Amino acid sequence: MWDYTPIVKDHFLNPRNVGDIADADAIGEVGSLACGDALKLYLKLDENKEKIVDAKFQTFGCASAIASSSALTEMLKGKTLDEAMAISNQDIADFLGGLPEEKMHCSVMGQEALEVAVAKYRGEPIPAHDSEHDHGHAYPDYEGELVCKCFGITDTFLKKVIETNKLTTAEQVTHFTKAGGACGGCIPKIKDLIAQVLGESAAQPRVRPEKLSNMKKMQMIQEVLERDIRPLLWADGGDLELIDIDGSKVQVAFRKACAGCVSSGNTARMVESKLRDLVAEDIVVEEVPA
Amino acid sequence: MKEIYLDNNATTKTDEAVFEEMRPYFCELYGNPSSMHFFGGQVQKKVDEARNRVAALLGASPEEIIFTACGTESDNAAIRSALAVFPDRRHVITSRVEHPAVLTQCRNLVQKGYRVTEIGVDGDGRLDMVEYKAAVDDDTAIVSLMWANNETGVIFPIEEAAAIAKAKGALFHTDAVQAIGKIPINMANSSVDMLSLSGHKLHAPKGIGVLYLRRGTPFRPFLVGGHQEKSRRAGTENTAAIIALGKACELAALHMELENTQVLAMRDRLQAALMQAIPYARINGGTAERLPNTTSIAFEFVEGEAILMLLSEHGICASSGSACTSGSLEPSHVLRAMGVPFTCAHGSIRFSLSRYTTDAEIDTVIREMPPIISRLRQMSPFGREFLNTKP
Repeated sequence: MWDYTPIVKDHFLNPRNVGDIADADAIGEVGSLACGDALKLYLKLDENKEKIVDAKFQTFGCASAIASSSALTEMLKGKTLDEAMAISNQDIADFLGGLPEEKMHCSVMGQEALEVAVAKYRGEPIPAHDSEHDHGHAYPDYEGELVCKCFGITDTFLKKVIETNKLTTAEQVTHFTKAGGACGGCIPKIKDLIAQVLGESAAQPRVRPEKLSNMKKMQMIQEVLERDIRPLLWADGGDLELIDIDGSKVQVAFRKACAGCVSSGNTARMVESKLRDLVAEDIVVEEVPA
Repeated sequence: MKEIYLDNNATTKTDEAVFEEMRPYFCELYGNPSSMHFFGGQVQKKVDEARNRVAALLGASPEEIIFTACGTESDNAAIRSALAVFPDRRHVITSRVEHPAVLTQCRNLVQKGYRVTEIGVDGDGRLDMVEYKAAVDDDTAIVSLMWANNETGVIFPIEEAAAIAKAKGALFHTDAVQAIGKIPINMANSSVDMLSLSGHKLHAPKGIGVLYLRRGTPFRPFLVGGHQEKSRRAGTENTAAIIALGKACELAALHMELENTQVLAMRDRLQAALMQAIPYARINGGTAERLPNTTSIAFEFVEGEAILMLLSEHGICASSGSACTSGSLEPSHVLRAMGVPFTCAHGSIRFSLSRYTTDAEIDTVIREMPPIISRLRQMSPFGREFLNTKP
């Protein structure tokens, strides 16, 4: 059984704002019967068309989909459209006291419905995931190349979710978007997209901080290993594990293809130089036998 | 809150008499049956008795009973053994609706170069016998087909299928985990070579299973390293659970008629009342021959996990073919193989009764279920236009 928080349970058993708004200013619809969850979001604005005065929803889906929809409508009331657009799927999950990771796609669905509703109201191009024309796919109109054929999800949408939520594994991407969750045929492509996003974010100039507390330093070392180094090793079928950090000494063990590889010494120097570039100049990387 | 337990295909209550039977074998009679002293020897006698009791339920001989840790182990052992004893045969046949304990193993064999045929089913879950007959060939090492489906209760014509396999020299295994104790099964005049059963589906505890192995069937053990079970399954016997299973099998034989009268009547009453009260619903496998205790009903426009959570608020325990309950994202492979549309599969609920189910409990479900479906349909963007119409 899912370990739902008391807030999730409350919003599922006593959902707020179920229904429709006859003279809604904005309506956003995502998901489909086939996919197993769908949400139709209605927004009503004040006289000056600035603030959201009412929000209602209709949801087909599991307990956390209903709770996420209910939470979203509560969060929207009283906000301006710009403020509303700043709500992320993580904010929805946080409002509920957290969601099981396998259920994060429910919060993503809420955020997407909101985006569609606001874009439609503003007459902007529909971003993505409007399901009005096709109930067979979750996000049919999203531009870009179709990656997950089972759930109809494109690379553009996936990259956005990977980036916003800082996802690093294909499994996480499935939990957040459902992509790859049925036949699994697109999982290699999802891994490519993760590598692309990580590569792109790594390409942005990052400045080595002047001063670092020990705690911050350890945190940054872990971050660089996770985001910049391990994906590179994965690409060659290798991996590494962080064993210990003692001051500036970083001990790592190489795994999989890297373990016992003749050039693991070079890999260790690469790790060291990356850490020196991004964290602190005095870092020394030591390889611990696997 | 007192539970109304209608999820007996997931697991069952350990019968009190079964528990009493096993109780002394933890703290008092804890001897190892292999030991050369009276203390182990008295446990050996009880294990023998249990073996006789299991054999009696199956119409088998005691030496054809191998105790294992679970149904999954029995399934794995059967299929692996067949491939090991027939190294020249490279074809495996199963069905699209098997339990993952069989299906996952078969699919893994594809990577090892085996040809694997998954036989399809019709809209009510019946095995496609034409496809099956055409598939069995001289290269087939083993056929593994379930006796009854865990999700729908649909029963396969196992004896007929086993005879076809036998004619081609292939071994025949059946996962009978859901069927044992619910419908009569007799290995005495059967073409089945191997059969799996699981204790916790018939009111014995979890952690005990059986592989029935017909006398004379070539076999390679899955676990090696001990002489137990005539070296066919190494490892110290789970004596208390074996003794419990023996008692459970004895009780199952006694209660078989009750399963097919009283339990069947309650199941039929439940599904008829729900179908009558709730529009846009269908019984999965409704026209096929089914186990007496199982019904799977698809409710359109609503999602299974939400139904289960609301049922749970009333103490009612059932299960769903929905994607969301399992953590996977695709609805039940069984319902998909039957061609049940996604729109129905997501809202499918399975009720599985037992001899402990009461008429009062069925009344509660009949009372609570329609408002739950109606409440979720009110909330759904899809069901609303149908609410006041009849299909």
